Amino acid sequence: MTFRVHVRVIPRPGLLDPQGQAVEHALGSLGFGGVRDVRVGKAIELGIEAATPAEAEAAARRMCERLLANPVTEDFVVAVDA
Amino acid sequence: MPRIAVIRFPGSNCETETLRAIARAGGEPALLDYRDTDLQGAQGVILPGGFSYGDYLRSGAIARFAPVMGPLRALAESGAPVLGICNGFQILCEAHLLPGALLHNTQQRFTARPVDIRIERTDTACTGHYTRGQVIRVPLAHGEGRFVADEAPLDALETANPVALRYVTVRGRGLPANPNGATRDIAGICNPEGNVVGFMPHPERLADPVLGDDVGLGFFTALVERCRGAEVGA
Repeated sequence: MTFRVHVRVIPRPGLLDPQGQAVEHALGSLGFGGVRDVRVGKAIELGIEAATPAEAEAAARRMCERLLANPVTEDFVVAVDA
Repeated sequence: MPRIAVIRFPGSNCETETLRAIARAGGEPALLDYRDTDLQGAQGVILPGGFSYGDYLRSGAIARFAPVMGPLRALAESGAPVLGICNGFQILCEAHLLPGALLHNTQQRFTARPVDIRIERTDTACTGHYTRGQVIRVPLAHGEGRFVADEAPLDALETANPVALRYVTVRGRGLPANPNGATRDIAGICNPEGNVVGFMPHPERLADPVLGDDVGLGFFTALVERCRGAEVGA
């Protein structure tokens, strides 16, 4: 069956994220107080043919390691819809 | 005459200037396609600037899997000169032929202006025509040129992967020396052997006197001569 897989790719901690900084600054300007450590990354949605959710997740992880994320600068999180 | 290939990816846009620079430097330029599966006898390769695959996902991330990258890797591992300019540098980093990555400029804007760069090494495949410490002014144009690396400490990176070019203050312009927030003002690096080099500035855009100066030609002359030396040695 086809599983809906959600991949989040986020700049690694400690790495300067100018987009996140700009968004944080803009939120402050709009009066949203108390917002810290804003990071801007990517959300990638995939439909993956697999026998089980675990298999779909493992496939997505391999895709992240190979292409979807850059291990030098990004971390990723994979979640499969039930 | 040494044959130097320039590889065009979908979205490359600096290949014409690069081919011209090779010809002016005394090489035989050859335009190759990213789908090619051999390098047609090229003794050196340049990956030109542009926006391969529209910079989708990350700049260079998709181009690194193009068919031509297999033979390119083999050529690089044989010790032949491989140079990546701007998007070409991004592709070489994504392909792990060079360390690190190139992220969006700190100022979050595409920046196109002259930069002053200092030649830090003259023993790479393409910097031997300059002198160590020489400062040259060349064009620069990119949105994703902030070099970062996860190697810590960075001294170890610089020991293993010599920094070929560094941004320095642009004389008399009041502009920040570092145009993109690159770690340690790194404009270009090479592999430990010095035959694979990548940098962000565009010397091919200042390699013909008709453009006012040809100070950028030296990179191409050095690369052609490196290939010619290999011919003689073979």
